[in-house]
Amino acid sequence: MELQIWTFLIVGVTFLLYIGVAIWARAGSTSDFYVAGGGVHPVLNGMATAADWMSAASFISMAGLISFMGYQGSQYLMGWTGGYVLLALLLAPYLRKFGKFTVPDFIGERYYSQTARVVAVICALFVSFTYVVGQMKGVGVAFSRFLNVEFEWGVVIGVGIVFFYAVLGGMKGITYTQVVQFCVLIFAYLVPAIFISMIMVDNPIPQLGLGGTLEDGTPLLDKLDQLSTDLGFKEYTTSHRGKIDLFFVTAALMLGTAGLPHVIVRFFTVPKVADARKSAGYALVFIALLYTTAPAIAAFARTNLINTVDNKEYASMPYWFGNWEKTGLLTYEDKNGDGLIQYYNDDNPEFVASVAAARGWEGNELVVDQDIIVMANPEIANLPDWVIALVVAGGLAAALSTAAGLLLVISSSISHDLLKNWLMPEISEKQELRAARISIAVAVVVAGYFGINPPGFVAQVVAFAFGLAAASFFPAIVMGIFSKRMNMQGAVAGMITGLVFTASYIMYFKYGGGQGHPEQYWFGISPEGIGTLGMLLNFAVSLIVMQFTPAPPQEVQEIVENIRVPRGAGQSTGH
Amino acid sequence: MSDKNLKNYWKENLRYLIGLLTVWFVVSYGTGILFVDTLNQFSIGGYKLGFWFAQQGAIYVFIVLIFIYVYLMNRLDRKYNVNEE
Repeated sequence: MELQIWTFLIVGVTFLLYIGVAIWARAGSTSDFYVAGGGVHPVLNGMATAADWMSAASFISMAGLISFMGYQGSQYLMGWTGGYVLLALLLAPYLRKFGKFTVPDFIGERYYSQTARVVAVICALFVSFTYVVGQMKGVGVAFSRFLNVEFEWGVVIGVGIVFFYAVLGGMKGITYTQVVQFCVLIFAYLVPAIFISMIMVDNPIPQLGLGGTLEDGTPLLDKLDQLSTDLGFKEYTTSHRGKIDLFFVTAALMLGTAGLPHVIVRFFTVPKVADARKSAGYALVFIALLYTTAPAIAAFARTNLINTVDNKEYASMPYWFGNWEKTGLLTYEDKNGDGLIQYYNDDNPEFVASVAAARGWEGNELVVDQDIIVMANPEIANLPDWVIALVVAGGLAAALSTAAGLLLVISSSISHDLLKNWLMPEISEKQELRAARISIAVAVVVAGYFGINPPGFVAQVVAFAFGLAAASFFPAIVMGIFSKRMNMQGAVAGMITGLVFTASYIMYFKYGGGQGHPEQYWFGISPEGIGTLGMLLNFAVSLIVMQFTPAPPQEVQEIVENIRVPRGAGQSTGH
Repeated sequence: MSDKNLKNYWKENLRYLIGLLTVWFVVSYGTGILFVDTLNQFSIGGYKLGFWFAQQGAIYVFIVLIFIYVYLMNRLDRKYNVNEE
């Protein structure tokens, strides 16, 4: 069967599956819609969390990034997993005991202030919205590349599917679809990795294969270090940049993970406090399946790539080379006109002056987009067509599941936090449910529109989303639980300081006068890592302001005492 | 539950947290970043040790930490009789 047919078949079957699950898990109440009725088994919730968490970026781009960054790529691996330890130990069980629907709910009640609630809603909306646009774009790309559908139609089809199951099922529909999507995406990620690991190092477990030895007896990673330095690149497995930036970026990703509203809200859906703790553990197990496989794919692909192209004839390249050239994600330009491919680091003056000049090389001739690594991996390793089709379905599952989780946060922020708890407190549950459905429908359509016409800032979305979550939500929630004395003045001052500081630093270096001037970074910290400093500032300002302002009222202190013990956690409620 | 009991429960909980978060910090920021060059002098399997921690080991330890926490807290909840029915 042809690749095209396989792709239509597998993608079509998975989409039918999502729709079927959504019909089975319709939402009947606001509790169903916001927190899936609070009755999701911790293992299933772990899978749903994992699918919610792993976006198109995790599935498609991360292994490629690591492939080109080597050791430095560890910031993503540790940063996007370590936050779950913070979630499990510092946040999830207490927020579950608190028993409300949303993060702004907690901020608003704990800090007895409508201002705090509104600040939290704005942060939640901004973070979720920038994030969801990127997912929609990912859906469009996958469709246009593999199904020969126009990019715009790809986004429209994706929007249609999410629209159907999110509006119908709310959190309940989304959760159970995400369980299915997790299975699809992890299967799609592991199958090619296992095949390639067997081909390259004769070990079916990629996590061990990464430390395995090649046919000629050299360890894979040593070989890769050798290949890299031979072409003027840095050694693959060792560190070259300042440790401070790596430290700050890793920390910002971890703290951001623990502060992202669409992740936190998942722990409101389990029946008990003890389940919230456990569920974070299961989520990390499921996430780790992909995150420990990614560095193996990265190293295999890098080795394969260099071996395939290094100083080989362009005319003798395998068929996938031409396929990806057509997409523009892989470009070759024969600068010295010798018909061979020279792939090397022409930013390394020493290497250019000595080796490259002596060999008559006139610049790097091959540019490879990082997104190819996962998508082209099955082709590079000569795997059957159905595996390639599976990878497409996996990428779509990753993008759709994350988009749905984010859209739910957007809709509950509007219908629950803004309407029910602020502007129109008198609306009935039925009206609130209708408002939730309407706002999710509008959000899906708006996200789709921006997926087709992305505003310029979307490319920087990761720096923003994680930095802002780390600098605003994380400290406010942690202090709300661990300090009885923390009051409204302290928390609001801290959140605003963290937000303004982090946002200004990112804006200055991404769009303002600091663009292209990394030498101006404070202590060498890049915009991706500045959220960590913003978080420290938030803590400092909160603790200082708290000293000079009155303690919170008695009933708020009682709330804090109450959430610290598990007994008596009812269902999550809105009232 | 009496105030004194609640205080002790919370104190023991904080002690667990400090212990577990110290390990969390050491395996990620310590072995994975700050001391990675020193550890790279050793190897396990075909891995340099520091590189292994940064791309594999830290993640495994994170998982183990969460399940240890689950076990300790369930035990603590029962000891102070604050567990859910």
